[in-house]
Amino acid sequence: MALALQTFATVKDANAALKAAGTRYLGGGTLVVRAANEGDVSVSGLIRSTEPSLSTIAVAGGKVRIGASVTMAAIARHPDLGTLAKTARAVGGPAIRNMATVGGNLFAPAPYGDFAVALLALDATVSTDDGETPIETFLAKRDGSRAIVTSVGFTLPPQGGFRFLKVSRVKPKGVSVLSIATVLQQAPDGTVSSARIALGCMADRPVRASAAEKALLGRMLTADGIAPALAAASDGTSPITDPIASAWYRNEVLPVHLGRLLLA
Amino acid sequence: MAKVPVQFTLNGSEKAEFVDSGTTLLHALRDKIGDTSPKGGCHQGSCGACSVIIDGELRLSCLTLAETCDGAVISTTSGLSDSGVLHPLQRAFLDTFATQCGFCTPGMIMAAKVLLDHTPNPSRDEVVEALSGNICRCTGYEPIIQAVLTVARSNSQNAA
Repeated sequence: MALALQTFATVKDANAALKAAGTRYLGGGTLVVRAANEGDVSVSGLIRSTEPSLSTIAVAGGKVRIGASVTMAAIARHPDLGTLAKTARAVGGPAIRNMATVGGNLFAPAPYGDFAVALLALDATVSTDDGETPIETFLAKRDGSRAIVTSVGFTLPPQGGFRFLKVSRVKPKGVSVLSIATVLQQAPDGTVSSARIALGCMADRPVRASAAEKALLGRMLTADGIAPALAAASDGTSPITDPIASAWYRNEVLPVHLGRLLLA
Repeated sequence: MAKVPVQFTLNGSEKAEFVDSGTTLLHALRDKIGDTSPKGGCHQGSCGACSVIIDGELRLSCLTLAETCDGAVISTTSGLSDSGVLHPLQRAFLDTFATQCGFCTPGMIMAAKVLLDHTPNPSRDEVVEALSGNICRCTGYEPIIQAVLTVARSNSQNAA
């Protein structure tokens, strides 16, 4: 492998270096070094920044900001991020979790990127030196993104408001057949007053199940209540086909797993 | 391509090498320093055969660039035995027939060592979770799990 690694103390300097053709940003290495090992000749140089803010987690007043270089393992063990611990532990095995970063997960192609599915459900914002971008917009345009992600931010949902499910064939850890994250709010009468549902593997990147979200509004979380949402779960999706599962299979099982998650 | 200097502590010994920028730690360990205990399996982060411990954390040396380890403390399976006496995990892997072809064994042992360093008496589920990033195509995993639990039980008895 003939890759030149350049390390910069600041994100600003790293961003400037990243303008050179053929350069990629190095986070934990689980995507870009893997690509280089696989023979991706489009990668000729690696850039990284050691700016301390990239590795910090700040939780205050229900608001969370996670630096882009924070690893899945650091999230899983953080005392104030218990809500996301299960999601972080769903990423890879222990060694991968010690390396894989939040920033990298935003760029992970399906069937990877389970943590980004959770961030999409949480309506996170993605920060770069150019400002903040809603995660849905960021994910849609990520292929053309050149600015280094510095952090993600979101509001912690109320207790029990966030749910996450990763479906894989290999236990305890395997690549996703699909993953689902939901953030639901219920009115005093128990009906759903707001819903965000994010799906992994149902496109080449995390997407929202917008039709299912609308179908849940005003409904109770019962088998009958969620039936319209399950019927609409696959609307607008374009699942990947890979050695884990075909697009047809993913579409077939999505309503089953979404139903289990909503009724859990 | 310009060489870059890298210094780290490997199994208690100071090592200094010049490597090509972008060289993986796996390549540096095996081909520059001569520690062939980490194995190059998939080079994709999927098999765990290259697992080493860096500053107390399990990492994949095939996806780690050597120059990012400057100043680090690295442990590999080759540093576990003491004056020819096998580490308890190595002994247990032999005693429970947890090694067949042996290719996954160094990675399995390092994954197990990290677990036992932090959790001396783990449950079976914790052992399975700790080994979940390491693939074995020979044993069916059960003897490996038993090897780790054997050492855990021994730890527990010694602590009592």
